[in-house]
Amino acid sequence: MADIAFDDTRLPARSRSYRAGAAAELLAGWVLSGPAVALMWLMLLGPAAAVIVLSFTDWTFGARSIEWIGVDNYVELAGDRVFWTSLANTLIYVAFVVPVSVFLGLGMALLIESGNSLRGFYRAAIFLPVTSTLLAMALVFQFAFHPTVGVINRTLMAVGIPTTDWLKNPDAALFALGMIGIWQAVGLNMVLFLAGLKAVPRDLYEAAAIDGADGAWERFRRVTWPMLGPALVFVVTITAIRSFQVFDTVAVLTEGGPNKATTVLLYQMYQEGFSFLRSAYAAALTCVFLGFVLLLTWIQVQLLDKRTHYG
Amino acid sequence: MSVLASAGRSPARRLAFSAFRHAVLLAASVLTLGPFVLMVSISLKSPGEIFAPEFSLWPQTWYAWENYSLAFTKQPLLRFILNGFFITLCIFTAQALFALPCAYALAKLRWRGRNTVFVFVLLGLLVPPQVPAIPLYILLWQVGLLDTYAAIILPSTISVFGIFLMRQFFMTVPDSLIHAARLDGVGEFGIVWRIMLPTAMPALVAFGVLSFIWNWNEFFWPLLVVQSEHLATPPLGVVFFANAEAGTNYGPLMAAATAVTAPLVIAFLLAQRWFIEGVTMTAVK
Repeated sequence: MADIAFDDTRLPARSRSYRAGAAAELLAGWVLSGPAVALMWLMLLGPAAAVIVLSFTDWTFGARSIEWIGVDNYVELAGDRVFWTSLANTLIYVAFVVPVSVFLGLGMALLIESGNSLRGFYRAAIFLPVTSTLLAMALVFQFAFHPTVGVINRTLMAVGIPTTDWLKNPDAALFALGMIGIWQAVGLNMVLFLAGLKAVPRDLYEAAAIDGADGAWERFRRVTWPMLGPALVFVVTITAIRSFQVFDTVAVLTEGGPNKATTVLLYQMYQEGFSFLRSAYAAALTCVFLGFVLLLTWIQVQLLDKRTHYG
Repeated sequence: MSVLASAGRSPARRLAFSAFRHAVLLAASVLTLGPFVLMVSISLKSPGEIFAPEFSLWPQTWYAWENYSLAFTKQPLLRFILNGFFITLCIFTAQALFALPCAYALAKLRWRGRNTVFVFVLLGLLVPPQVPAIPLYILLWQVGLLDTYAAIILPSTISVFGIFLMRQFFMTVPDSLIHAARLDGVGEFGIVWRIMLPTAMPALVAFGVLSFIWNWNEFFWPLLVVQSEHLATPPLGVVFFANAEAGTNYGPLMAAATAVTAPLVIAFLLAQRWFIEGVTMTAVK
């Protein structure tokens, strides 16, 4: 009531001073957002645009001259075997980490939600890796993967499964890094699914029960799964984008080896740009990386658009 | 509750399901907590015991003092950790100072250019943090700032994610609050800091928690711009340590890893709710 009365008395005065008010608001808008916009362009959008421009030149770090060479860097990429290995490794890593961590995250969320006891403990225990310093934990995993004294091989030997030197075996190294990625990603996926599950209206389960869906599997298939659709798309995209950015574990544990078996896009970009100082070539690699990340976001938007019809 | 469990079934089946639930979740907890336990366990052991053929979690001879004192004296580990606090604090302060006024202008003011600025924010959200690295490196090199605290801090001073998050939060603040403040003669700048900031505390704390996690753990960018040991962030410091020790002296190395991980783990245990809410609210990066 008070609000309405207040608005009524103000209305004439407001329209009288409308033009002055609008000008003041325009000024306030730019003054308040100006510093952020300037910094955004200086630190993020400008450099991102510069990377694209740089990828069409021949500049090497510190060089005095710069030449426009069109798509030559991309042509060179297409013939670069290390690039194709990096791209394939990145895609294999993503294809390994995303399904496993999404499936495990969903499973953990469903199991935690389906009972009352120890909820907080399980949630905290499974979430803890998300907040941990990946780099420090990578060194712990290095020890756990140790061929003779590592706990992983000790456990495998104890149950009679053949072991390997995980980080030195070209066939196993990428998957060993993927296991670290999964270890860190499951907790995040779990809390995102928990939030998604909370948003499922309770009465839908009752309605499903009346329809005869009273088994756990039927409930899941007919209510939970369809209602989780948008959350699932979101979780898959987030995990895929984060997995695409894999770098820390590669840089510290394998340095892209053995024999390029764990070179990934960002690691090759780091080597080309900051070890070999080929800035323009590294910029082209960055653009390929950016292209894949944008593609993932685009797919997410497409899927969510379709999904809204069900929501 | 009703997500999976078939309530109303026989007590025996419910008991069986409960046992299954605890068995799987306990196994998962062992796997997620295992590396932390292993890390602390090794940090307490002597070199001989670490490479001994039989393994036990509890150290037979207590070697904690030797490992931790070596970790803190061989390399300036305490300095790395203080660097971590200093850098994360500077970054978050700057992020909040720039993001809050901008978010307020986007959420509550009507002005020509607002949509354009919001499009910039959305564009910024699409760009992974590694993409601007090469031009930023060149820029910092040209102004002579490489290998300084400024080089680590400056690129993170703006968080489009923070602007987006705070804008979403400000949208829910009632306009009447702002009108009342204007009637009382409070300027737009005063509204941001005296009216909006207090109401935005929950969102700001959640954002602060995320900013702290990201920037404490950030490795890619500090690796590029820092060469001097005394400027190293905690993750970079651990790598310096590993390189200096050739990566085989596991006891002190795990002590260093424990020391670097501890602040985040302690913060998480103290403010679990904020962590999980913050990450859930947001999880964009």
